[in-house]
Amino acid sequence: MGGRPEPVTRPSKIFGWAALFAVALLVIVPVLALLSKAGTGGGGALFWPAIRFTLLQASLSALISVALAVPLAKALARRRFTGRRLMISLLGAPFILPSIVAVFGLLAIWGRGGVFSDLLAMADLGPLDIYGLKGVLLAHVFFNLPLATRLLLQGWQAVPAEHFRLATQLDLGRPARFRLFDLPILRSTVPTALLLVFMLAMSSFAVALALGGGPKASTIELAIYQALRFEFDLAGAARLAIVQLLIGLTAAALAFRLGRGAVFGGSLHIGYHEESRQIWPRLLDGVVIVAAALFIGLPLLAILLNGLNGLLTGLPPGLFGALKTSLIVALTSTLLALGLVLLLIHLINSVQGGGRIELFVMLLMATSPFVIGTGLFILLNPFVSPFALALPITALVNAALALPLMLRILRPAMQRAERDYGQLADTLGLSGWSRFRWLTWPQIRPELGFATGLAAALSMGDLGVITLFAPPDTQTLPLLMYRLMGSYRMDAAAGVALILLASSFALFYLFDKGGRHA
Amino acid sequence: MKNILFAAALSLPFGGVMAQNLPELNVYTYDSFVTDWGPGPKIKAAFEAECTCTLNFIAAGDGAALLSRLRLEGARSKADIALGLDNSLMEQARALGLFAPLAAPPQELNLPVAWQDDTFMPYDWGYLAFVYDNTRLQDVPDSFTALAASDLDIIIQDPRSSTPGLGLALWVKAAYGDQASGIWADLADNIVTVTKGWSEAYGMFLNGEADMVLSYTTSPAYHLIAEGDNSKSAAAFIEGHYLQIEVAAKLANSPESELADRFLAFITSDAFQSIIPETNWMYPVTDTPLPEGFASLITPKPVSGDLTPSATAKSAVVEEWVAALSQ
Amino acid sequence: MLELDNLHIALKGFQLSADFSIRENRSTAILGPSGGGKSTLLMALAGFTPHSGQIRWRGHNISGLPPSNRPISMLFQENNLFPQLSIAQNVGLGLRPDLRLSAQDKSGVEEALARVGLEGRGADLPKQLSGGERQRVALARTVLRQKPIWLLDEPFAALGPALRRDMLDLVEDIRKVQSATLLLVTHAPEDARHIAKSCIFIDKNKALPPVETERFFSQPAPGFKDYLG
Repeated sequence: MGGRPEPVTRPSKIFGWAALFAVALLVIVPVLALLSKAGTGGGGALFWPAIRFTLLQASLSALISVALAVPLAKALARRRFTGRRLMISLLGAPFILPSIVAVFGLLAIWGRGGVFSDLLAMADLGPLDIYGLKGVLLAHVFFNLPLATRLLLQGWQAVPAEHFRLATQLDLGRPARFRLFDLPILRSTVPTALLLVFMLAMSSFAVALALGGGPKASTIELAIYQALRFEFDLAGAARLAIVQLLIGLTAAALAFRLGRGAVFGGSLHIGYHEESRQIWPRLLDGVVIVAAALFIGLPLLAILLNGLNGLLTGLPPGLFGALKTSLIVALTSTLLALGLVLLLIHLINSVQGGGRIELFVMLLMATSPFVIGTGLFILLNPFVSPFALALPITALVNAALALPLMLRILRPAMQRAERDYGQLADTLGLSGWSRFRWLTWPQIRPELGFATGLAAALSMGDLGVITLFAPPDTQTLPLLMYRLMGSYRMDAAAGVALILLASSFALFYLFDKGGRHA
Repeated sequence: MKNILFAAALSLPFGGVMAQNLPELNVYTYDSFVTDWGPGPKIKAAFEAECTCTLNFIAAGDGAALLSRLRLEGARSKADIALGLDNSLMEQARALGLFAPLAAPPQELNLPVAWQDDTFMPYDWGYLAFVYDNTRLQDVPDSFTALAASDLDIIIQDPRSSTPGLGLALWVKAAYGDQASGIWADLADNIVTVTKGWSEAYGMFLNGEADMVLSYTTSPAYHLIAEGDNSKSAAAFIEGHYLQIEVAAKLANSPESELADRFLAFITSDAFQSIIPETNWMYPVTDTPLPEGFASLITPKPVSGDLTPSATAKSAVVEEWVAALSQ
Repeated sequence: MLELDNLHIALKGFQLSADFSIRENRSTAILGPSGGGKSTLLMALAGFTPHSGQIRWRGHNISGLPPSNRPISMLFQENNLFPQLSIAQNVGLGLRPDLRLSAQDKSGVEEALARVGLEGRGADLPKQLSGGERQRVALARTVLRQKPIWLLDEPFAALGPALRRDMLDLVEDIRKVQSATLLLVTHAPEDARHIAKSCIFIDKNKALPPVETERFFSQPAPGFKDYLG
């Protein structure tokens, strides 16, 4: 880690602390707000089983997603084929699907009424039964394998091309290549990937329940929802939220300890490209890539076909208004998140104990949107109608939830930029904005594109706190979709889901591609 | 920054200044009520035609979310009326002490049970039922025991997160009392999965994930009337069916108390009641004529039991449900 | 003799052709404007860039050989060392890619390091060395590999003039001992004058045949005059 402190101008540090304060506001204050309201004790009957199941499914989801991501990322890193870029972009798609849409997409392939079950029926075999832990894992791997792959792929792409050429010229064998490339890459990327998937899977609730097959598949997040919505046990919800934060804290601390920064030098030539002449490794990579494309692509295809079918029956009223609102919220929260994350990284790099600040920011992933929403509601209600602030709050909360992801993606890139060009910038006296504009920005652009793309798409597809604050005349695309589903209009909802997916993906693609090209 | 302002500006219409100086009535309700295809817009038009006022429907998730919002807002609530609570939430709602008694309690409602309440005004009702595809299912179970004995697959909702889910747990409890736990244990192998809400469950059923789904006796009417599809039916159970009665009430703090009374009285008018069946897909509470498609629906009797359980009673039922299915 | 027979490289928006021979056992400099294709030519020779035409070494066509089977060692501008391996290991890779070094191998590594003036630094990591020292390590590895053709892609461009001259002298000394054929890409005419017997100029998508250094500078090609300004 580039221990050399960079020159920091005082005002920008103040903004950094302000950003951190905003994070604290969302991590800690809602829980305190809940605790401040007296509740009726009792953690619920399913307190311990819920914790156990949450830990089990989140750990397994993380391990499986990342284990499968390793061969996929490696294959994508070293092969060049038509459609490779498209596939790398498509890897962003499952992650940004609203959970209910993903569930329907997965069931169209793996469910009892799905494609595989139909094929089995032709062979007089019973339908597939995916409900239970396996169903939960299937869904979480579908969501997170692509994300993990992108994170790992970044590791391979950070290795200077000269190293790969050198390895080729020296005819380094498999073990040596593994030791020189794969091992350090994995060591720098796997802990982060494990952590992010773990956190995302931990806060899963509707998916875990729908595919989990029964109350045995109850997560902490469900218990929080139950406590807040049905029992109105605010203190109980706060306690559960604290448990979730502690689990998140432990996981993040563990991952930070395991994770070491990549030690590769900077290079003008980045990118691993190996045209192996051997047939078997190429074939194997091909199989991995095709299998992954099918695993990720088939449910997406089902969503696409279903949605087209829905759109044929006519566009539901309010669609364009909802699309516009969603885009505004998404872009606002992306800008907000970008500003916050850059200020935070700046702060982390320039103060003692910056690691602890990063750890704290990661806790945002372990917060429950219901707790944040309810907490903010309690805080705001005495002063202002929460309705009036629905969209700004939604944008802020969406921004906050994207922060940890962005931080983990951007910080290594910024460290790399500082290490390679920091001294040059120092000698030129670049600081503040011009340092960012001329040194950091060009160096971190690919990561910036990826991170902002994720933030935008996530915000677009998030139902989040808007349900709690939803003003009467404004609805977002996810809200419109849920409302259609809630009144039998499944086809129209599928059409809206497709428009939601398409627009989220378009946002993600534009940012992501913008980072990779001029 | 510009975007934030823009977003804030977008949310102004509510909370901001209204164009005319008409009195305003704020009605909190659930999501599906206010949609373009729900009852909200038509009822707004009908009431505004006679009230010289502005009627605002404000959606807050589902019935349970509506209650929790009223709790959070307490006395500062902008709501004049809460519309969308049901009999399972009524006692908790009453305990909040936020509601004012009805100015004119309704006379002679067309409900399957005797009704008397001085605070809550029923506006529609329906029965829970298991819905199936009549082109694929021939041996339709006629009771929970028959269902448990069959090898049919069902999808239900979680009572911890869904109103119909809670209704089902209360239904089984009302029908079987101390044996409810045993019924659930027998049903366990029929349950494909349990979902967070009604939408997931119903969508999964339509996609062929199960033979039956927990929904309403009126669900087939939607398919028949809106889609011209008569392949969906509801199974009649001999234990009787869980009755859901949806209610509205006036908040004690309402600055528009008189207008609120007029709206509550408007609920039992033909104008209001005739909108309900084909928008909310529930039964009207008066003898307003039903659409044709409703004639083909099953008309079960209500299960006998506590119509308005207390919070403690509900918690006990939910805990029993969780325990029985977590074996 | 290293023959470039109708060599043609076509990349996205870029073309380069070369058709000439380079004499063995001497140093040849490659000069030309940046972006002209100096590095690309070396990459093609080393087997990293596809091309048409043939590359022949002592009469054998080596165009189809994988990079590791070519009689070539290449030094890049930067990133010649793996940061997580020690200096000795980085050099040892030139002998045994699996790094199972025998005692004899190890003394060979030590000797090579001594030859480039880095005796006793074998246990250090690359980040503990200066830029010039790191390139010396890479040179030590080239020494050990004993390939007959050395391709140097501006490896000392980042060093000061005095240090650069020292490094070039060192390279030339060792090259003579091994009778290697050296191709040096540089943008500094003084480097070419210092060690190269002949020079190749790359201009307008074409590498011109080598010319004796004396004549190259006394009767410069038209493009080279422009290049010098």
